[in-house]
Amino acid sequence: MSNRPSPAQFRQASQQVAMDRREFLRAAGLMGAAAPLLGMTPLRAAAKPREQKVVVVTFGGGARDEETFAPDGQENIPHLIGTLLPQATFFTQVVNRGILGHYVATASLATGAYETFNNFADTSPANPTVFEYYRKALHRPPTDAWVVAPSNGFNRIGESDARGYGAGLGAGVILPKHLLAAAMPQHQHGAYTHLLRDNYEDPYYTPDLQGGEFELNQLDSMLKLSVEEFTHHARSLSSADELSVYVARQLMRQHAPSLLWITLHDMDVAHSGAYSLYVEGIRRSDRLCAEIWQTIQSDPEYAGRTTMLVLPDFGRDSDFDSGGNGFQHHRTGDALSRTTWMMALGPGIRAGAVVDRPVQSTDLVPTIGARMGFATPRAQGRVLSEVL
Amino acid sequence: MQPAQLTPASFAAYPPQARALVVGQLAVLRTLPLVFAALLLRESRAYDWRFPAEQQAIRDQFSFLASLDEAARRQLLAGFAAVKLPDSTRESNWVDQPQQFLDALTASLWSTHQIDDFRQSAKSYALAWRKAKPEQPPILPRLTLVVFDAALEQQGYELFRKLRPHGVFVPQVQDANGWATLVAHLQRRAQLHPLPSGHIYIDGADADPTLAAHLDTTSYGGLQPVREQLLQRIQQILGSANSGPEQLRTTLAGITPQSLHWPAESTGEAFQRFQLDVLTEGSGTQIFSTTFVQWAAREALRRAQPVTLVLRYAPRQRSLNMNEMLSGQTRNNLPDPAGSLVDADMGAFYAWIDQQRLSGAGQSSLLAWSQARQQAMLVGPAMPRNTVAAAPLSMAQMLAQLVG
Repeated sequence: MSNRPSPAQFRQASQQVAMDRREFLRAAGLMGAAAPLLGMTPLRAAAKPREQKVVVVTFGGGARDEETFAPDGQENIPHLIGTLLPQATFFTQVVNRGILGHYVATASLATGAYETFNNFADTSPANPTVFEYYRKALHRPPTDAWVVAPSNGFNRIGESDARGYGAGLGAGVILPKHLLAAAMPQHQHGAYTHLLRDNYEDPYYTPDLQGGEFELNQLDSMLKLSVEEFTHHARSLSSADELSVYVARQLMRQHAPSLLWITLHDMDVAHSGAYSLYVEGIRRSDRLCAEIWQTIQSDPEYAGRTTMLVLPDFGRDSDFDSGGNGFQHHRTGDALSRTTWMMALGPGIRAGAVVDRPVQSTDLVPTIGARMGFATPRAQGRVLSEVL
Repeated sequence: MQPAQLTPASFAAYPPQARALVVGQLAVLRTLPLVFAALLLRESRAYDWRFPAEQQAIRDQFSFLASLDEAARRQLLAGFAAVKLPDSTRESNWVDQPQQFLDALTASLWSTHQIDDFRQSAKSYALAWRKAKPEQPPILPRLTLVVFDAALEQQGYELFRKLRPHGVFVPQVQDANGWATLVAHLQRRAQLHPLPSGHIYIDGADADPTLAAHLDTTSYGGLQPVREQLLQRIQQILGSANSGPEQLRTTLAGITPQSLHWPAESTGEAFQRFQLDVLTEGSGTQIFSTTFVQWAAREALRRAQPVTLVLRYAPRQRSLNMNEMLSGQTRNNLPDPAGSLVDADMGAFYAWIDQQRLSGAGQSSLLAWSQARQQAMLVGPAMPRNTVAAAPLSMAQMLAQLVG
């Protein structure tokens, strides 16, 4: 007896999610001349400038359609829908077939291969990361690839254990909360608690943040910020994600990295069960995505030569799956928790277009490689031709 | 150990009722795939302090499995037999520590891409079992009442958006004594239909003693000493050298009311264990009262299957740094009434979904009531969908419309 859902069944469920998104977009009048996109020819004629840059923004806390692209959710993402979508090619059906834990899933996004390590382990990805492919193939310096990530566990995401890659070839990783913890005397942490929020994926696993000499050195040498400047600005921010975007902007100003990866994480507060905080996190991510795009457009180092890719690492459980508890977790592996979306913006990428065919989250790395001109031989995904 | 090697001595560490149950079913247990046997033992091991509905479900499963001939049983459980396990998991003490086995199994299923197959196998089994042993309808239609405390308010927030398509929205509740009317109704209901664990009250602050006298009751406020002890233990574990999620979960799973010096309660061991489970298994239940109410409601409906469930949402604390909230030193933290209203509104929707999963769903009713707005939502078999009440209603009128 085979109980396995057939590929056709899973495809049907994923397609339903995608169809719903498409209907929402149509209802909102956002699709424009998108229909001809199915089977379209990439806009090669729009001559991409040389020396492409790529900024990837992932939501390291799954977001569901109900709170984003569904009719009731659209009020939470006015910037994604109103500002970015009309300029973007939108993939309605991005399926994640890997482990639905944020660190391991983000690592899978960064390697283009489904990683299988323990989500809570202090582990490097087994497969080469996009940063290593990029720097090795194009002989780029360490300052040209960066990751800005939530603190817990993500410190190893910059480079893999893969033979021929690994040590010295990866991205610099900045964990803004560690920076802040290092910059602040322990007794003053209270003023910054809203920025030091940590992992919610496990109900309890929240080790105290540590910060030290290395982080302070990063502040000074990489971000060119004094402790006073950094902490003064941090005090004006309302969340950990805002701190991450502040750090990312500082990196862009100081080093203009060609490959920058930012993981937003506030919405993962959903694991605490407070729906209002989860929605707040989505609204903040929506605003921050628009701000990042605005920064790209207003910075001469980035304007006109930068692709921005925005995608959640995966979704969250359906309200109606008895194995889960709705928005709170992503434990069921149902179609809603595995199917998400991606937005691509940049020179030569068709604006206001919708791609309905199913793609996988592992397609991200080969697509970045194709766009920037390097090979990604160990990635499992395929190049998304619509983004070339 | 393989299931075929099980003997009565294998269950020496089990509590008395659980031991008697599984020893009596040894012939069936010996034929089961290891993964399935461990899952069944995880339920059975806690038999002594399960709710009556859960105990019935465990007995029904054994009875169903025993009713199948060997070939049919093998075919039904083939998906479980096909699971590939790491040696360390297969050789672990799954008889005495089935929960740890399940944690390891879950991690393995995800990392080896077997999770989808496993879920499908579990669904197929549940369908077959429930088809053979249908759940009995409740002795009276189920009723869930969700009350949003008067302090819960957010200007401009539209209440009951998710529930409105399913029933009648009451824009004006006209009743100065709504809570008293509701309590009196519930007292009568519980007295007329006495049932073990049949009437449950969960409060996000301190319980109303008048209602608590008649219903099995738990409250976020009443559990404060237990919550603080648990948070201290969590802090100790996190501060130890080799702390991690697995160690933490294992430690929490081993906590008993006795180990917390929690005296026995009049509601019985099953309900006391249930309260402890809400705090040790639920994510966020220790720090947010709104999460406590929602998760406790979900688990009460799933496990105890009460005919009456009363939920009262009160303001939760503001969100702080997670480590700070886990420290338990947040008594001076201000409440978040606006966020709590949104949490409660979603909690009411989830309570309705969870109630719909139980037997007698077609006859079940739900009333959600905002004390601040004096607005309510009525969902039930007699309530037309997506409708707005034309005139103000009192609490007595709403209850009469809902349950007669």
